[in-house]
Amino acid sequence: MDPRLEIIDERLKEIKRVIAITGGKGGIGKSLVASTLALTLSKSNNYRVGLLDLDFSGPSTDLILGIEGIYPKEEKGIIPPEIYGIRFMSVIYYAQDNPTPLRGIDVSNAIIELLAITRWGRLDFLIVDMPPGIGDATLDTIRLMKKTQFLTLTTPSIVALGTVKKMLAMLKELNLPIIGIIENMRTAKSPSIEGQINGLDVPYLGAIDFDENLENSIGDKNRLLETAFAQRLREILLRAPQFKLNIVSGL
Amino acid sequence: MHEWALAEAVVSTALKAAEKERLQEITKIKIVMGELQQIDAEIFASALKEVILPQKETLKNAKIEIKAEKAVFKCRVCQHIWTFAEATNQLNEEESESIHFIPEISHCYLRCPQCKSSDFEVIKGRGVWVDSIEGEQ
Repeated sequence: MDPRLEIIDERLKEIKRVIAITGGKGGIGKSLVASTLALTLSKSNNYRVGLLDLDFSGPSTDLILGIEGIYPKEEKGIIPPEIYGIRFMSVIYYAQDNPTPLRGIDVSNAIIELLAITRWGRLDFLIVDMPPGIGDATLDTIRLMKKTQFLTLTTPSIVALGTVKKMLAMLKELNLPIIGIIENMRTAKSPSIEGQINGLDVPYLGAIDFDENLENSIGDKNRLLETAFAQRLREILLRAPQFKLNIVSGL
Repeated sequence: MHEWALAEAVVSTALKAAEKERLQEITKIKIVMGELQQIDAEIFASALKEVILPQKETLKNAKIEIKAEKAVFKCRVCQHIWTFAEATNQLNEEESESIHFIPEISHCYLRCPQCKSSDFEVIKGRGVWVDSIEGEQ
């Protein structure tokens, strides 16, 4: 018997909502959306927010938010350090700048370990930055974090859209909660994907235009929040009833 | 895994097994402790004692048997087999501690001594396992 599996529900029990940011392909903005969503929610009224980076081969939420020089505290497990009001957990604390060449079973074991030792405490939201696709991290999120809601991301590219459709088909077959789909990196020439996802029965939450200035804000959370990208994401958050945000002030 | 988190996980596993098997009392828990995770046996034992305390109805007479298992690696590229004891000189204190928390981090810091690959399998002694739980109905 693997004792770690028996403690994960206990570790997650004080978290009200777990939102996994998913998509079929890499480079479509999942980590940027996850980081900006965590920041935006933590700035809003009284929300306690955690951010878990499950992209072991390419962790990047620390780079996006400019997080360095912090380390979890040991106290009957691991307490994620809090930065910008976000409790932040990533494999980078342990792997540092080294490559993390893990095969499937190792990815799964590392996820189980992280979930079993991390004491998040009370959170309104745990935002999970997922690696691309429907591999081990997605399957383990479904298996181990049973309250996860999925926020899917695509770009207007038929390549990204084609793969995200497969992911959505799987989530729907398993009857898992899907908050909706956000179209990222839209350009003036992009065909709208809204019509193309009609048959999927998944809420289309809105589009975020390609933001040329976004790259320059990487590593600086204040500049990141001022970008057109972050402002549009915030609008989508506030407008989409699927997020069910109870915001009194602050956003 | 941190020793305390481990002790909680073991007790939680034992209590769930007792519920499933309708055991009134657990008499023995056999735990296998893999070397790679470098669990401090003393800290673990004292954490276990404290975690068991509120569960005295089911666990008051439980005997805890801990068996240490040496960690063994096998390279997926050249098939070479080696032990953690042979590999520890590759690690500094910080790296060793990182492996303590997440044993898979060994792939960041350890290499096959023969071909230098990081693509190896931990064939024995990865972490903590509850081998068996005995009790009375």
